[in-house]
Amino acid sequence: MQFWIIQGLNSLSLGGLLFLLSSGFSLIFGLMRLANLTHGAFFMLGTYLGAVALRTYSGLNIWVTAIGAGIIVAALGGLFERLVLTRLKTNPLGQVLVTLGMSFIISDACLVLWGGDSIPVPTPHNLQVPTRLFGFVFPTYRLVLVGVAITAAIALYFLIDRTRLGAMIRAGVDDRQMARAVGIPVSRLFTIVFCLGAGIAGAGGVLGGPILSAYPGLDADMLPLALIVVILGGIGSLFGAFIGSFIIGFIYTFGTALFPELAYIILFLPMIIVIAFRPQGLFGRVSA
Amino acid sequence: MKWIASAVFAAAVILLPFFAGDFYINLASQIFIAAIFALSLNLLVGFGGMTSLGHASYLGVAAYLSALLTSRYGFGHGTAALVSILGTVAMAAFFGLIALRATGLGFLMITLALSQVLWGLAYRMSDVTNGDNGIAGLTRPAPFGISLDSAASFYWFAFVVAVIAFVMMAIFVSSSFGSSLKGVRDQPRRMAALGFNPWMIRWITFIYAGFWGGIAGLLYVYYNKYIHPTSLSTTSSAEALLGVIAGGSGTLAGPAVGAALVLLLKNYASAYIERWNMLLGLVFLFIVLVMPTGIVPGLKQLAARFRGRAP
Repeated sequence: MQFWIIQGLNSLSLGGLLFLLSSGFSLIFGLMRLANLTHGAFFMLGTYLGAVALRTYSGLNIWVTAIGAGIIVAALGGLFERLVLTRLKTNPLGQVLVTLGMSFIISDACLVLWGGDSIPVPTPHNLQVPTRLFGFVFPTYRLVLVGVAITAAIALYFLIDRTRLGAMIRAGVDDRQMARAVGIPVSRLFTIVFCLGAGIAGAGGVLGGPILSAYPGLDADMLPLALIVVILGGIGSLFGAFIGSFIIGFIYTFGTALFPELAYIILFLPMIIVIAFRPQGLFGRVSA
Repeated sequence: MKWIASAVFAAAVILLPFFAGDFYINLASQIFIAAIFALSLNLLVGFGGMTSLGHASYLGVAAYLSALLTSRYGFGHGTAALVSILGTVAMAAFFGLIALRATGLGFLMITLALSQVLWGLAYRMSDVTNGDNGIAGLTRPAPFGISLDSAASFYWFAFVVAVIAFVMMAIFVSSSFGSSLKGVRDQPRRMAALGFNPWMIRWITFIYAGFWGGIAGLLYVYYNKYIHPTSLSTTSSAEALLGVIAGGSGTLAGPAVGAALVLLLKNYASAYIERWNMLLGLVFLFIVLVMPTGIVPGLKQLAARFRGRAP
């Protein structure tokens, strides 16, 4: 019983991390029609920044670090969007290729700067004591992480569904040309959404640090998970990303625990089933 | 003049092992392999309008199958090659069923996800694939009793296969089927209205590209006598895609030239710096921003402009 409960919690915390990663990917895809293959690298850059910052300044708090790393990655993403992606407005394939090129550059730069050994991210001191609940013992950090992801989901929901900016973003997702025609600055929205997505991924990278630790190849491990989540949940749908993240979190965690060698095959079964019957994903608004 | 130049070039390619050192012969063999691989990807990207970021799957799976069958299960090279290619084609047919549910960026993401899954599998299923250590100590086949162990003999073998591959793919795209493929790329709805089945045309092309990807994989594993999960990585797919785009997608010879350039760059760059991935990323940015139609069409345009200006 303890096994199932603990693995269940691990699934939830991985699902939370995946949501932080894939919500931005999904928003960017929905609005910009751009498969941002740099997203895994943004996440990894966040993890490295967090790991190095926490190693260097021992007094630093992980939450502050996450926000700081998020801002740095968001700024980098914004620069990349302004300087490179906007030049390729008429060339969607070219945009994907430069995001791929950018992901190679970032991951190699991380390797140069911080070496090939993995850098652990310490769990915050006040969250190291396990929590006892209904006679079971839970790692507190993971519980908190699930809470953070749900908070982020609610905040994003309010941002997208209840604010003026969100209304403009939704209009851009549904019909970009009409949105332009009624005077919405779609090009500026692109930058905002790209920064937002990159920032969430960067902050998520720091928060995932204590579970995953920073290592070369983290980006290549995370990107396919984000792709599968988004394909499963539906492109451009925040709710789809939310549900998809937790489905994949569960499948991946239990798959790795029960059939370690086959975890990767089990991962893509739900994707195949969904694609076979609903190519636009479970909650897709946009067909890819 | 043009004919003489072509004949001299052809003779130089065929006779290369007589005047070049082993290093250059091996480099040329690698170029043939990369060219077959890029040409097969070009069937999808250039002629079919299906940008795949998972083409390394076919190279890697054919190579792994052949490596496992010969080294672990004691198959002969002939049978192993046949089984590997059949397996790769079957996998391509299956992957095509999944990936072709979508088009455009959805297709790209699904092919990427599928190939990443295979890459993860090659790393993690270490009982079968030997994980990060790769499978070493493989042998080259000896077709018709001719050993391919010397650099020169392997060069000619790769050359013959590359010529066959080039001719077969050229016939494929210039056939009536190839025309319908280009039609589906440009006007899928019009083609459907004319009674063609766009999905079937794409699927057949996908499988055919997988077949030649598998052939490139066999040559790859014969050449290296070693196989490692990196052959299945995104980097491997991206190198081929860069070759296709740098050379000019949708042209016949362009991707072969592009693949040769990428390979030469990789070889020469890695002699000076270790940072191949970063360089690859920068080249991607450069090509897409500066030469989006590719080097071969770009040079052709330049030549045309030059000729236009000359009296």
